[in-house]
Amino acid sequence: MCLAIPMQITAVEGDTATIELGGVTRRASLMLVPGADVGDYVLVHAGCAITVLDEREAQERLELFAELEECDPEADEP
Amino acid sequence: MTERDKIEAAAAELAEAAAGRSLTYMEVCGTHTMAIARHGLRQLLPPGLRLVSGPGCPVCVTAIGDIDRAVALAALPDVILTTFGDLMRVPASRSTLADERAGGSQVRVVYSAFEAVELAAAEPDREVVLVGIGFETTAPTVAAGIIAAKERGVKNFSVLSLHKTMPAPMRALLDAGETPLDGFILPGHVSVITGADAFDFLADDYGVGGVVAGFEPDDVVRGLLALATQERPAIQIEYSRAVTPEGNRVAQEVIERVFEPCDADWRGLGPIPGSGLALSPEFRDFDAAERFEIDPGEPVEPKGCRCGDVLRGLIDPSECALFGTRCTPETPVGACMVSSEGACAAHYRYRDLT
Repeated sequence: MCLAIPMQITAVEGDTATIELGGVTRRASLMLVPGADVGDYVLVHAGCAITVLDEREAQERLELFAELEECDPEADEP
Repeated sequence: MTERDKIEAAAAELAEAAAGRSLTYMEVCGTHTMAIARHGLRQLLPPGLRLVSGPGCPVCVTAIGDIDRAVALAALPDVILTTFGDLMRVPASRSTLADERAGGSQVRVVYSAFEAVELAAAEPDREVVLVGIGFETTAPTVAAGIIAAKERGVKNFSVLSLHKTMPAPMRALLDAGETPLDGFILPGHVSVITGADAFDFLADDYGVGGVVAGFEPDDVVRGLLALATQERPAIQIEYSRAVTPEGNRVAQEVIERVFEPCDADWRGLGPIPGSGLALSPEFRDFDAAERFEIDPGEPVEPKGCRCGDVLRGLIDPSECALFGTRCTPETPVGACMVSSEGACAAHYRYRDLT
């Protein structure tokens, strides 16, 4: 339930971002991470970015995360 | 080095560090429960080390009487009840939300609070109620949805807040002293919000260490290793790519603005003062508990179900007489068998590995 997925911000409009992981695009609120900007990797939980990740570590982990079934951005539960 | 090699290398170090000691560690996060079961990590642990699952699955710790309230709300005319997916099949006293939906009630699964607010805006003649469930990770996202509803003037949206905060049940477990615990694997994504400092009381007040671990299998084993090699009980971060000592202050402020602490009832642990989150006076208009009059009836606990003992780390899921016989993921009796990250469901699904 507390699953959070690392995704990259590709666009920002007000306090809403477009985020991307492995070609899948989603929208997420930036209300909880007001400083986040295009290019940042964020952890996304239940429609909100909850923290900005260290970029180098995020990139190292992304491939691995993408392989995990729980990281399916289509999953219906947060 | 393959992923398996990394895990096994960490496990070998752990075996050395824990040799000759009898240790019980507890994890309190459903995602850790899943990772441990799926990767068969218990098989790799040294003989004296017991790793138990605690009250870390939000759906599992929700008291049956609270699920009855959600079911009663779903039955009201003009209400569309929205919920995160995990809650749909959890047995309430007399039915489940899935049963209510099959019987004609409007119950919908949403991914975020924003989705429920959008639904309310699109259906102005209906009342859209969100069952707010989850720990500090989820609470600020629901709070953000409530703030958005207020700013947009969406008045037909409300929340039944069953949110709970994580440190409280850990304190309750240690106070009860039924389960001797030598350390905690601390929840990674709760700690993103609260910061690791929120768990300092474990070391300061109880002399019990804690390690915030990530979710890769080697992260979990490294977390156990860090616990086993602590010179004195302390709170450590082994998931530093996401967790800081102070946490996400903005999210903490959002929680404090929208919610206030309240007493909450926990499955297995009973009522714990100040462990829940109710709507604050500023947002009370969005409180479904105030807006609707319901009679959920007397809660009826499922007979023979030992979810409570599982959640306190007293027994392993397989020690429950119903496990795998009357209680399976297809026909769950207790909440821990329903949620994919419940200890019983994880044990059952990966039973060849545990």
